[in-house]
Amino acid sequence: MTTTSATTATAADVVSTTDERLARLSARKRLLVRPEFGALAGAVVVWLLFAWQADSAWLSWQGTATYLDRSAGYGLTAIAVALLMIGGEFDLSAGVMTGTTGMFAALFAVHSGLNLWLAMALSLLIALFLGFLNGLMVVRSGLPSFIVTLGTFFALRGFNLWLTQQVTDKTQVTGIVDTGGHDIARKVFASNFVTIGGVGFRVSILWFAGMVVVGAWVLMRTRVGNWIFAVGGNRDAARMSGVPANATKIGLFMIVAASGWVHGMVVLLQTNRSNVIEGVGQEFFFIIAAVLGGCLLTGGFGSVVGAGLGCLILGMTQQGIPLAGWDNNLYFLFLGIILLLAAFANEWIRRWARTASRPTVDVPDTTEVAHAAATRSTTDD
Amino acid sequence: MRSHRLRVVGAILTVGALVLTACGGDDDDGEDSAPTGVDDTTSGSGSGTGGTGDTVDLTQGSDVTIEVVTHGQASDPFWSVFKKGVDDAAKELGVTANYSAPDTFDMVAMAQLIDAAVAKEPDGLIVSVPDYPALQDSLAAAADAGIPIITVNSGSDNYEEIGAITHIGQDETVAGRGAGARMAEEGATNVICINQEVGNAGLDARCNGAKEAIEEAGGSLEVVQVDLNDAAGAQSTIESTLQADTEINGVLALGPTGAGPALAALNNLGRTGEVQLATFDINAEVIDAIAAGDMSFAVDQQQYLQGYLPISFLKLNSTNLNTVGGGQPILTGPGFVTADNAEQIKELAEAGTR
Repeated sequence: MTTTSATTATAADVVSTTDERLARLSARKRLLVRPEFGALAGAVVVWLLFAWQADSAWLSWQGTATYLDRSAGYGLTAIAVALLMIGGEFDLSAGVMTGTTGMFAALFAVHSGLNLWLAMALSLLIALFLGFLNGLMVVRSGLPSFIVTLGTFFALRGFNLWLTQQVTDKTQVTGIVDTGGHDIARKVFASNFVTIGGVGFRVSILWFAGMVVVGAWVLMRTRVGNWIFAVGGNRDAARMSGVPANATKIGLFMIVAASGWVHGMVVLLQTNRSNVIEGVGQEFFFIIAAVLGGCLLTGGFGSVVGAGLGCLILGMTQQGIPLAGWDNNLYFLFLGIILLLAAFANEWIRRWARTASRPTVDVPDTTEVAHAAATRSTTDD
Repeated sequence: MRSHRLRVVGAILTVGALVLTACGGDDDDGEDSAPTGVDDTTSGSGSGTGGTGDTVDLTQGSDVTIEVVTHGQASDPFWSVFKKGVDDAAKELGVTANYSAPDTFDMVAMAQLIDAAVAKEPDGLIVSVPDYPALQDSLAAAADAGIPIITVNSGSDNYEEIGAITHIGQDETVAGRGAGARMAEEGATNVICINQEVGNAGLDARCNGAKEAIEEAGGSLEVVQVDLNDAAGAQSTIESTLQADTEINGVLALGPTGAGPALAALNNLGRTGEVQLATFDINAEVIDAIAAGDMSFAVDQQQYLQGYLPISFLKLNSTNLNTVGGGQPILTGPGFVTADNAEQIKELAEAGTR
């Protein structure tokens, strides 16, 4: 976008074209250009595929519980990662955070003798601090978050292994079962919230659903949501138009870290031990879930509901392959194909939506608004 | 407006078709692998991919289905021998066996694979238990569902609590002590233990068992972590460890994925034979090295048996209500492979059964 075109676009123009646009869009088109459309279609297709291939096992309550649980395992962190990606950044330390937070909670509880809840609270503080550090390093240095958080990822991975071995001489911290507060903590993070047909559904599914609802609400209905879109679209423009860009980005990193903590607590209480390797390698699955759900790698566009559906696609695929009795070595092949298809389909729909008729509904919007506003404010000076 | 709608419909159809074609294609892969891949998947499952010729042959009128869930990653040669045991037994006995394992050492994912196996209501469940606390809930659910269970490979401490018929494997601490004592006997005093799968409690037990035995003999043992999926990285880690401390005179690998890089590292440094090298578990490379005198011994747990025996036990349990073991574990190891018996075992390893 050139400065000249932006300078000529006044706020009034933007507003008027927006009105025109709303009037013209057909319901179908609005559905198609929504970022989560591809993920919804994909989830339905994957569900039907396995309903056909793994029939009774897939349709059983046990089968349903297992793929929902798996999806929630991704979703506990992926929802926050999607928000961060819409805000224009990556966090490759989002996976290892599961192990780090679990380790700290377990060490504080078992080896420092604290009540488990206090240990968990301290672990959350550490997570928030690490998220803050990630965010601060990214906004201050201007380096790509990909590099900065890759560094954090490796550092934490090594630190987890080192500290755990120093304290326990093993690669696990065991013994939280006997710590104070364990029973209630397990209820909150790792029990079954409902039992249907003799099959328990894990409470992590509720956490996941809750995160989708809250995340979607924040993104679509609040000022903070607008800030996230704005900093992801064009940070400088956003800042010049009065968005607290740095605070928004740092906040997003902290939200990711806090989600990593929730994930860490779920894993810790489900397995009753922390393991140094926990969560390592998961970071890309969170990004994949967000991309399946329509998030752009460039930021400024995406959907929380879509990311939730992306998690469902991942979870259903991972559990569907063994349920259908396929060779589970095929999982990554299948995953790669789904990812490519989703990326192509998303890109194709977006391009089609942009060129099918004049009005557009996606990426440039937020930046244009911000940019126009920004340019206006500079000209005012 | 009209052309608009057509485009919309066109878009939906195209996307739908793309996705469907791709999924269909993948599904074909699944079915194709059943007839050709006795090595790979024992069969298409009864409930799953539907009847291919081989599935019918393999089940031979019996409809016993056994689910096998291990932590064995596909890239680890150890587990391919285990899986061959599963496949051979399933073929000979005419049962359907479905093998699954998580892609990485991820116990939450493994627990969910057990859940998935239980959802298929099999006639038996064979499961490795490298991390009992993490798998506890899923195993309890399997037992509650009335599925006969046999634990294999790791889980000797927990099989009774799980309610398994028996455990087939070796006691890792005992095996570790055995390896450590033997190394100390052959003169190793300053040993590094190469852990290629960080987080696997069974491997920790091996190192700790060896450490106890070596310390009792007056020596010391340090653990070095490497990544089983990065042989080159493992090799350079071992090389630099050996260079940093020239006092090290013993290397204990916990599996072929650690032994291979350790062997290469010693070759590179020109210290083969000078530094004592021993490993757990064998493959062709390990056996060659033992025969050539580059390695002193390997602790063999005969994992082919860990795959083969439980299939036959569970088949008998399903058709004849037999239980094997009398509540005791069945030990498949430790046995030692040394220069004396390496040649015979080599042929068997090449056939993929040792």
